[in-house]
Amino acid sequence: MPGAVSSGILPSVFPVPFSRLSESSMATRDIVLDHVSIRFGAYTAVDNAHLVIKGGEFFSFLGPSGCGKTTLLRCISGFSEPTEGRVLIGGQDMKGIGPNKRPTALIFQNLALFPLMSVADNIAFPLEVRGIGRKERRKRAEELLEMIALPGVGDKKVHELSGGQRQRVAIARALAVEPDILLLDEPLSALDLKLRHHMRTELRTIQQQVGLTFIYITHDQGEALTMSDRVAVMNAGVIEQVDPPETIYNRPKTSFVASFVGQSNAIEGKVASQSETLVSVETPLGRLQGRAAGGRQYKTGEDCILFIRPEQLSLGDGLPNAIEAKWVKEEFEGNARQMFLEANGVPLRLSRVNLGGTADTLSGAAMPVGFEPDQAIVLPHGVLAGA
Amino acid sequence: MNRGTGGGGVAAGFSLLFFSFLFGPLIIMVITAFNSSSFPRITPWECFTTEWFGVLFANDRLMSGLLNSLVIAVSVVAIAVPIGLAGALALSELSSRLRAVLYTVLITPILIPGVVLGISTIVFWGALGRSVGAEYGSFFFDGMFLTLAGQVTFISAYAMLVFLARLQRFDPILTEAALDLGATPGQAFRKILLPFLGPAIGSAAFLTFLASFENYNTTVFTILSGNTFTTALASKVRHGTDPSLSALAVIIIGITLIGAIVHEAHTRRKEVLRTGIATRSRIYGNPVLKTLVHPLTVFLILAGIAGLAAWQGTRHDASVCKQQILDDKRARQHELLEEQRRKMQEQQKTTAPVTSPADAAGKANPSPFGGAFSPNGLAPGQEEPAPAAAPTDAPATANPSPFGGAFTPNGLKPSQ
Repeated sequence: MPGAVSSGILPSVFPVPFSRLSESSMATRDIVLDHVSIRFGAYTAVDNAHLVIKGGEFFSFLGPSGCGKTTLLRCISGFSEPTEGRVLIGGQDMKGIGPNKRPTALIFQNLALFPLMSVADNIAFPLEVRGIGRKERRKRAEELLEMIALPGVGDKKVHELSGGQRQRVAIARALAVEPDILLLDEPLSALDLKLRHHMRTELRTIQQQVGLTFIYITHDQGEALTMSDRVAVMNAGVIEQVDPPETIYNRPKTSFVASFVGQSNAIEGKVASQSETLVSVETPLGRLQGRAAGGRQYKTGEDCILFIRPEQLSLGDGLPNAIEAKWVKEEFEGNARQMFLEANGVPLRLSRVNLGGTADTLSGAAMPVGFEPDQAIVLPHGVLAGA
Repeated sequence: MNRGTGGGGVAAGFSLLFFSFLFGPLIIMVITAFNSSSFPRITPWECFTTEWFGVLFANDRLMSGLLNSLVIAVSVVAIAVPIGLAGALALSELSSRLRAVLYTVLITPILIPGVVLGISTIVFWGALGRSVGAEYGSFFFDGMFLTLAGQVTFISAYAMLVFLARLQRFDPILTEAALDLGATPGQAFRKILLPFLGPAIGSAAFLTFLASFENYNTTVFTILSGNTFTTALASKVRHGTDPSLSALAVIIIGITLIGAIVHEAHTRRKEVLRTGIATRSRIYGNPVLKTLVHPLTVFLILAGIAGLAAWQGTRHDASVCKQQILDDKRARQHELLEEQRRKMQEQQKTTAPVTSPADAAGKANPSPFGGAFSPNGLAPGQEEPAPAAAPTDAPATANPSPFGGAFTPNGLKPSQ
């Protein structure tokens, strides 16, 4: 399949305007998760999820595998019912309404294209089951194929397409039903890195073009942060934080969010004192200062964690929050260098933009580092990602 | 297999033995179908004939049995395949503990001996028929119905096993996707699951057809006074065989061979098309050769050859050759009779039984009398008791003679 895999040939904007779909879907249809809990026996998969997803929004659920995000998605699409609470779409309670009756279309993790049908038949399947005639179906399939920039592949079998092409066929098939909400369950996880990056932009473009609500499930924070209007970070069935990507990254509300999204140095300690927004924390590395998350008031002696991003740690003497660290190793990542340090048993990571030159081997050499108190964030002690 | 791994002569010899063990009987049977001898044998070769095919087709019992078998087999397919599919679907939907129980229940009929199934089918339906006061003409006592009922009980399980194997490879996400795209559960079944099961339906139908067609040990009970192909065949073999059964074997082997070759052509073509090397292949790249190796072409060619052979066979007339054989036999018989008569006369004339010329004559002549005239023939303790001076007109019928019953009145008629 020439052209498909090399992302450079793919048009980044679809050539055909999606007029018919945008009319029907621009009508704002909010999705309300009203205190939704989903339990399997004694196991709680989703615990009291309560949020509103606005119509036309690109909304992501981000969390490690097993955090309940797929369960929640299946609940929205109608494959399961909440144990407690309600799911409302456009103000209507979805209780008892099956997946085939809901205004949602789900793109499965493995895409679930029908292997025995041609590409065009796949795309026209939703129309076929609605009793639309063969000619009309074919015409719509051709239109959708043109929209996803794959004209003329209608007669091919699914297995003849490349991964990226299948991806787009799955999207076209989901859009053929003219849903109000498109649910995507880690649809990019099977693609190679370069295509994945390309499809991020492409998905975002489709979403903006057709104006649908996209609900996107992923464990890949890069995907969630680049595409979404808002991100919900989930852990162990609990939604920890719902915010736009920048807020999620810069102002995490829980220690889990701070540790899961992006890299962070987590330094545990006890609150020594607090003045306005700045908190002094007694840590194994000495007394360090950071910002209190969300203007929170701490009690003296409270367990807390101070988070500082690797890119916000600086090398040099005389910095605020000075730490005496030792060089351990360095990793080269192309655009950046990761420097691994160690101070009093606490591992630290410092990243610098690569400006050329080579790494020195400085094993055990003293490395004074420091950071602005405003860049660090102090959060109450809690679960860390990957811990 | 190569010399390095200990192949060579031993392996080749073993393979040869193995294949002759497998195919030897078949080859001999095929040859006997064309020998005019009324007992299926290769030696002595008498005449090339195709009359045994005619004898086969003229056998009403076998032919009506064949028709019954076909009717039953088609009906079994029509009933057992849907039942097997339903069972497999039910199994794939159940929780694992229930599944184990139901699986055992559904698989049991395969494990029960066919004889037991056959008898229990008659007993069950008979009892049921009597309890509702049905007459003996009703279907409760109809061989065809009982055979159908008896066969379906265990053949359905075969079909189920085929479907189960295929269903294990089905991704249930596809059904979910269909539902999500707006299909009703019925549509999802018809448009997604059923097409996926297509090949399995084909195999299940083929398997159930064969299982029904070749079944004997259940059918022999349930068919009652009727006949299927297998029961008619079995009773024919019991009553004495003739080469028309070999003729039947030729037909069956022919059909099997054609089927196997066409299937092979189909498989190869599919493989080539799937891997996409069709254009580079020497055979599949050439339009003429490509058409030639298409399964349909292969089938037509083979069917044509078979048809031509059959047509030629109907035109073949072995009567001249057979008459010749018959005349030879008569002449030989006459000759022997003459000789015997002459000897009897000699015996009556000479009072002294043992003379050296007679001794020589007795040894030289491999006579049907088992050496009765040999000098020691009447000595006590001899293994063969000599037939004492049989009447001259009787020896052929009384003796299991090498004339093959040529003297019996019906000896030359094809036996039924």
